[in-house]
Amino acid sequence: MIRSLFRSRHHRLPSPSPLATVLAEARSLSVRLGGRAVLDGVDLGVAAGEVLALVGPNGAGKSTLLAALAHDLPAAAGEVRIDGEPAAAWSAAELALRRAVLPQSAELSFPFPVEEVVRMGRAPWAGTPAEGEDDAAVREAMAAAEVTGFASRPFAALSGGERARVALARVLAQRTPLLLLDEPTAALDLRHQELVLRICRERAAAGAAVVVVLHDLGLAGAYADRIAVLHGGRIAAEGPPARVLEAELLTRVYLQPVEVIDHPRTGEPLVIPWRAGRDFAS
Amino acid sequence: MSLLRAGTTASSAPVAGPPPPARRRRRTTTLLTAGLAAALLLACLLSAGLGAYEIPLGDVLGSLLHRAGLGGAELDRVPESVLWNVRLPRVALALLVGASLGCAGALMQGVFGNPLAEPGVIGISMGSAVGAVAAIALGMDFLGNWTVTACAFAAGLVTVLLVYTLSRAGGRTEVVTLILTGIAVNAFGGALVGLGVFLADNAQVTQITFWQLGSLAQATWPKVLAVLPCALVGLAVAPLYGRKLDLLALGERPARHLGVDVERLRLVMVLVVALLTAAAVAVAGVITFVGLLVPHLLRMAAGPGHRFLVPGSALGGALVLVAADLAARTAAQPAELPLGVLTALFGSPFFFWLLRRTRRKQGGWA
Repeated sequence: MIRSLFRSRHHRLPSPSPLATVLAEARSLSVRLGGRAVLDGVDLGVAAGEVLALVGPNGAGKSTLLAALAHDLPAAAGEVRIDGEPAAAWSAAELALRRAVLPQSAELSFPFPVEEVVRMGRAPWAGTPAEGEDDAAVREAMAAAEVTGFASRPFAALSGGERARVALARVLAQRTPLLLLDEPTAALDLRHQELVLRICRERAAAGAAVVVVLHDLGLAGAYADRIAVLHGGRIAAEGPPARVLEAELLTRVYLQPVEVIDHPRTGEPLVIPWRAGRDFAS
Repeated sequence: MSLLRAGTTASSAPVAGPPPPARRRRRTTTLLTAGLAAALLLACLLSAGLGAYEIPLGDVLGSLLHRAGLGGAELDRVPESVLWNVRLPRVALALLVGASLGCAGALMQGVFGNPLAEPGVIGISMGSAVGAVAAIALGMDFLGNWTVTACAFAAGLVTVLLVYTLSRAGGRTEVVTLILTGIAVNAFGGALVGLGVFLADNAQVTQITFWQLGSLAQATWPKVLAVLPCALVGLAVAPLYGRKLDLLALGERPARHLGVDVERLRLVMVLVVALLTAAAVAVAGVITFVGLLVPHLLRMAAGPGHRFLVPGSALGGALVLVAADLAARTAAQPAELPLGVLTALFGSPFFFWLLRRTRRKQGGWA
């Protein structure tokens, strides 16, 4: 009880943001890791109500940009703003009420059961008026990520894909206006990849800003409002999928010839690596 | 503490109620807390009564009630003196040392994210021992009664920081690095203790040797008083960080994403571990494996949640040490086994089993 008094007194709670408010943005951001410039003058923002996909080849700086937006990495130049203020102006506890982060790989040192792992996502809200939503938030998040079926199993006993979904449920239970997801689909099967991106859309429709690192350009094209293509630490292109997913650009960035065709039924852009056909033998 | 918290959350839950696993766990922790507390009380009373000079349980209770001003009766001169000047300070010391060691073990394992971390195994106890031996051998008494404790604390603190920085790489502590760091630190500490013995005169050597075997035989009320502040501060602060230690199990970055100031948490935990270890080592010498065994058994019984584990380990550690001290005093009567030897005798095979299990689970050393 004493602790909850201490905790809530000085923290500024996030207020609901109207659609199109910029919740996180990088301003001419440069980040250096191990003496190498991994990001170089990146300008990018994400607004309430939209899904922004970060794509690009390995080592282009996608995860670094996401980590910088999460205020995990210091900026060598430029700045990151979260919820209208410089990221460094927020305390760790205040940031936790504003942004949730899904790491690339989910680890756990002790064998907590799944339900308790998801409940950890509610920790930032302890001692705030939203504490009463805890049970509902956990239940909803677990249902959304389809992990309710193994709620009482220990995390360590799950497969890679199941762990990834539990980690996602924990992030959803945090109920923050900004979601930063690093390759949420990497370990998932076809059905659950679609499920995760549908969840992203739902959260955006509910007013959240969602940034998601993706490798699958098809998923990015189908679900994102905007796509940012990173290349060598810079943004090579940024805009709606129909404009960004363009054969010449992608061929240059990925060093892999591609074709972009429109889906015959939905009209979505489909990106297909250019292949000579099945006459490998000759 | 955990009882109180469990009670409030249960009553504020909505009509649907929390899901079954949480409720089952809450009942387990309540039962365990009650069981441990009852066993501890019994062990304390038995330990106060049994020994070379037997005092019946009724007399022990009577004398305790009498001093508390709740009736009862004073005993004859000899049993009263044995009880209050020999047995009770020893029981009190066993309680403090056991609780400190158990609690320190649970905290170390939480901070390192590794079930093999323990003040004795990774060399913190040896570090504190170096400080204490130096204080004895060099005849220091700048803080009077508290000198040995203070030196043990300072040296323990340096050792914790050293082990922590040496054994971490990329935000993780690997088992091999941790154990090897422990071996190196223990070897170096052993050498320094040896140097202290070499420099000490005869009377000091006797004092160091006694203390090195790990024993509570020299228990007196002033000694209890010497470690009381360290132990109480540590034991009072530790449970406040239970929830944050839970979050730390996710890794450092995810914990930070959930609002934990990881750097500060680590600093506070290292300070608390050094306090608790110093409290234990300064009076009882190096007593290993209590901090390893107790949290591990409790984790198997009640799950890894630190909000129960940290205070529960203090309770369990106190129980183990009071019982072990009783056994050390009575098993080979009239001779007395050194307490540290006894805990190591039972703890080492357990540690070995734990190593095997960890290895199997990880499919090799990681």
